Amino acid sequence: MGLALFNTFILLLLVVTALAALRVRDLITAAAVFGVYSFLMCLLWAEMGAVDVAFTEATVGAGISTVVLVATIFNLRRKSND
Amino acid sequence: MKWISLVPVIAVGGLLLFAAQDFPEWGDPQSPASQSPVSSHFINNTGVDTEVPNMVTAVLADYRGFDTMFETVVVFIAGIAVLAILKGSGGRRRGARRTYEVEAEPDLIVTNTVRLVVPVIQLFAFYVLAHGHVSPGGGFQGGVVMGASFILIALAWDLDHALVRMTLPRCMAIAAAGIIIYGGIGFLSMFLGGEFLDYAELERVLPVSREMARYHAMLGVEVGVGFTVTSIMFALYANLSSEGRLKGGL
Amino acid sequence: MFEDGTMINELLIERLNYFIYVVLLLIGLHAMISKRNLIKKLIGMSIFQTAIILFYVSIAVKDEATIPIYKAEHDPHGAASKAAALELNSTDEAKPLYAPAELQPEETPQYANPLPHVLMLTAIVVGVATLGLALALCLRIQQGYGTVEEDELLVKIERADARYSQSPLAKVTTPRRRPARRSRKPRTAAQAARTSPKSASSPKSTGPTQTKSSAPKTKTTQAVKKSAPATRKSVASSPKAANKKPAPKKSPGRKPAGKTSSPKKKGAE
Repeated sequence: MGLALFNTFILLLLVVTALAALRVRDLITAAAVFGVYSFLMCLLWAEMGAVDVAFTEATVGAGISTVVLVATIFNLRRKSND
Repeated sequence: MKWISLVPVIAVGGLLLFAAQDFPEWGDPQSPASQSPVSSHFINNTGVDTEVPNMVTAVLADYRGFDTMFETVVVFIAGIAVLAILKGSGGRRRGARRTYEVEAEPDLIVTNTVRLVVPVIQLFAFYVLAHGHVSPGGGFQGGVVMGASFILIALAWDLDHALVRMTLPRCMAIAAAGIIIYGGIGFLSMFLGGEFLDYAELERVLPVSREMARYHAMLGVEVGVGFTVTSIMFALYANLSSEGRLKGGL
Repeated sequence: MFEDGTMINELLIERLNYFIYVVLLLIGLHAMISKRNLIKKLIGMSIFQTAIILFYVSIAVKDEATIPIYKAEHDPHGAASKAAALELNSTDEAKPLYAPAELQPEETPQYANPLPHVLMLTAIVVGVATLGLALALCLRIQQGYGTVEEDELLVKIERADARYSQSPLAKVTTPRRRPARRSRKPRTAAQAARTSPKSASSPKSTGPTQTKSSAPKTKTTQAVKKSAPATRKSVASSPKAANKKPAPKKSPGRKPAGKTSSPKKKGAE
């Protein structure tokens, strides 16, 4: 019962962060919220028993992906029109 | 455009949800995916065939080694492509830099903390790579942690500091060496009489049994993957943050 | 409303993972279609990819199953298999130290399905490679056009297309004759030095005669021919001006191409 509640909570939080990453106007904030989304995915998979996949997502998705996104936005204009 | 594009999106969603009703319940041990003979073979026979406790690493590096080799090649190609797109295209800084950006001095606390922490991170990366047979980990994870340690050096000081330690020609050479190691172990097995990537044939050159030959060849293959992934991750960051110029940057 | 068999119960309670994966997929797909900023499109692409990985990992879950790493009693290098090896090797022959046993089919549901995990490891790494490449392309677009907003990009591309279609370059429809004159290689270096100012100056003098002599030509190529010697004159003027005087004196019998040789002979004589 506890695990089911945890699962449900994390899944709903995933949808909220995905929507938030796409709605904010500032691109660096979008990259940071995308990092939060990746970490939540990693947590969900670790709870579901996929530990290798969670490890890889934690390093690659939340580590490299977010840093590379921020490094690119550094060279662009920080504010998007939509 | 936003409201028109909702129509096909919701149509696709409706179709997928209509199909999702027929899925087996989530977590059902009798579902076709769980009963599949391939997965059952992997779960039952990994210990006997390869003596590796981590089933995922065994399947990734041994039973499905061909997939992993080409995935490494894909990462290598992405690194080369980023180099080809961005190299020589930066030129001098175009336009006026935005007013909020200040060329920051390396901070005392950050640099000293990073100086202490980076050797530990690299040791941990080696541990993750080598211990991937027994615990979650393996070549990709260890390689990415190692690449991230170089990115941390670039973030704490500036990009030149990290490039002195890991120049881009050396990065590309290490990435190519990783793929050569992987392919080399495959060809070695072929020359010894087996098929390509049939690690059990390596028992003729190593003084171990057939199962332990697969165990050790898996480690060699993961080392190759780790080389490629660490160098490409750092090259990706270096090129993207400095627009190919390799000066300045984040 | 929440009994077994109704759609709400099936979708939202028993199969919540699949429902949420479809929602995330739709969010990512809508972002890729409708957002105007290229970076937002890429974030949508990443959300799409992680939603697919969520789906596959959800398939691999079994109720009350542990992670796909062998437990202590099945561990090939653990105490249980060592004890089994000692039992087997009680006769003193040289035998392997470990005797891992094949798992029985009733013990299989203890472990989660490792196959989707393996496939998704590859998918994650390929996804980050794709993201890196796409970001490099975004940077290149920013360097070329100065913006990464799709509507501004479309305006700039249309303007660049309009400018290109008004330039003389766009009016060339047939291949020009000039490459044919350069096709014959000069035999010595001295002849090469002599032929280059000659062929630079020859279309200047033979331009009008050439358009007269070769009748079936369209108006556009004639316009090009008239404008081209003008440009070539400006290019070939100063460094070749010194070479022009001695060149007609030393004209040898050979000419680069047959067609222009007769007007040139007429001009030289």
